[in-house]
Amino acid sequence: MVDDQAPASMQAPASSSLSYLAFVLSTSLPGISSAALEGGELVIRTHRERLIPLMLLLRDDPRFRCEQLMDLCGVDFPQREDRFDVVYNLLSVSHNHRVRVIVTTDELEPVPSVHTLWPCATWWERECYDLYGVLFSGQPDLRRILTDYGFEGHPLRKDFPLTGYVEVRYDPERRQIVREPVSLTQDFRDFDFVSPWEGVLTLPGDERAHELRQIMQKLK
Amino acid sequence: MTQTVKQDLESELLGEGRLPESLLSEDVADDVERRTVEIDSHALNFGPQHPSAHGVLRLVLEMEGEVVARAVPHIGLLHRGTEKLIEYKTYQKALPYFDRLDYASPMCEEHAFALATEKLLGIEAPERAKWIRVIFAEITRILNHILNLTAMGLDCGAVTPALWGYEEREKLIEFHEAASGARFHANYFRPGGVARDLPAGLEEKIANWAEEFPSWIDDLEGLLTENRIWKQRTVGIGVFTSEQALAWGFSGPCLRGSGVPWDLRRSQPYDNYDKVTFNVPVARHGDCYDRYLIRVAELRESVKIIRQGLEQIKPGPVKIQDPKFSAPPRAVMKRSMEALIHHFKLFTEGYHVPPGATYTAVETPKGEFGVYLVADGSNRPYRCKIRPTGFSHLQAIDELSRRSMLADTVAIIGSLDLVFGEVDR
Repeated sequence: MVDDQAPASMQAPASSSLSYLAFVLSTSLPGISSAALEGGELVIRTHRERLIPLMLLLRDDPRFRCEQLMDLCGVDFPQREDRFDVVYNLLSVSHNHRVRVIVTTDELEPVPSVHTLWPCATWWERECYDLYGVLFSGQPDLRRILTDYGFEGHPLRKDFPLTGYVEVRYDPERRQIVREPVSLTQDFRDFDFVSPWEGVLTLPGDERAHELRQIMQKLK
Repeated sequence: MTQTVKQDLESELLGEGRLPESLLSEDVADDVERRTVEIDSHALNFGPQHPSAHGVLRLVLEMEGEVVARAVPHIGLLHRGTEKLIEYKTYQKALPYFDRLDYASPMCEEHAFALATEKLLGIEAPERAKWIRVIFAEITRILNHILNLTAMGLDCGAVTPALWGYEEREKLIEFHEAASGARFHANYFRPGGVARDLPAGLEEKIANWAEEFPSWIDDLEGLLTENRIWKQRTVGIGVFTSEQALAWGFSGPCLRGSGVPWDLRRSQPYDNYDKVTFNVPVARHGDCYDRYLIRVAELRESVKIIRQGLEQIKPGPVKIQDPKFSAPPRAVMKRSMEALIHHFKLFTEGYHVPPGATYTAVETPKGEFGVYLVADGSNRPYRCKIRPTGFSHLQAIDELSRRSMLADTVAIIGSLDLVFGEVDR
């Protein structure tokens, strides 16, 4: 019943093949803003409108054959205009390589859903919607998944406070769970670790040295 | 529940835009309006406080008699906001959160985060630390598999394996305690090595245990593998083909049980897994029984790896010898001002990780556990996405248990090896 097999395809991935794949991608498909190795991992950035053709290629092309969508997550960069990254981590079991696809979006623009390509995308997209508020078009089941029933807000956004807005406790007098605004006896202590002798800081009477330092940095 | 068929037909034909409204002729609509059908269905709340829900799973089962028509899992009852908390902690303080994700296999979760941080920092653990990690990752794997196999036995009515398993687990937990000081939440694997060296004599104890343990596996198999009731409860239940398993993002024993020979320890080896030889068990049928067999076979393979690790491990440093990443020994701190400063900086500020991103995955006992870590150059992770294993396994429960009996759903949940600390994060 149980076989002890070790097929020859199970070998460590070669980075040379990944750079070849990056070359293939950047030349064959329009709309790819970049496809390069970042720290030994193949990262493709594209526009969300172009996502589905790219994903179809990655799944079905014999050179890529990414059978599995291992992970889908959001990253928030509130200072950007398109503040969210949506990151897809794909895995090819037959070729033993990983591909990461990154698209950007904001609070309103939906990203096309990939649940028709990989059925497991449904829950990942629900999670991304729950935690970041990223919308996915064509996703029929875009409900919250991890947060409480009736939760408001998207907790992993950088502008959502760590403590949240609502706290839940059991009220023995009313004999029920009550929700109240968070009240903390001590404020959350968030330390700034940019140390004054490493950061760029102008000390009084030392403006000239600061200007020189900036000029030196520009020259570098 | 009574319903007119007309409604059903209309929603079926119009609902998903298959037919425009004009194509529905009047008489069809009139014809079906007169017929009504009785549908005997009811919804059943399985969990969140149910012993075979393996934690806090709330499963809403739409039943037709005793047959499951639809299974809708509700998760998040154990959601603690781990990813958000990690964004506000230094890299060292983020590590203990990983013990608390999959509390049945704590050290393997730490392994993923330690490797991801090491990758971004561009550092590497010393040789002895890598061997310790391999040995303890395998001990953790056995710990997890014993719990899962015996708990699955309990779900199907076999009580004895659980009693035996807990006794055996206790020995392994003592190894955890001897190495890290804690029975479960070890906080032992650190970026750049392990927290401290193994105490004297522990290697011999593990070696002695590794001699005895295979006979315990035989005992376990004697109870279950050829047991008639066990086979009736598991063979042919919850069948998943390899195509389905791949599409639903399965990994680990659940993927290998469906016939895909895939093990990250072999195909993308980390630490010293490329220096040990072991087999990757693969089964063909993709049912609960095959997933059980894979885990039993993995117990034996893990013992092999532990033995090889103990043979090859040599004395040496267990932490990277760079005071920027690992604390200096206390004796040195008493004499050297510089060491004291390093210690202070390390435990207040921590280290700054250069900007970059990585997706690093390890083969935990349950399957692929990944960490997508984004660093922005500060001493705290900008984003730490945890890719739990059970999340995608649980998602497929509707597909796995469709048209099966209620009792079989319990066996399927047991065979998926779910831990909700990890699924809900």
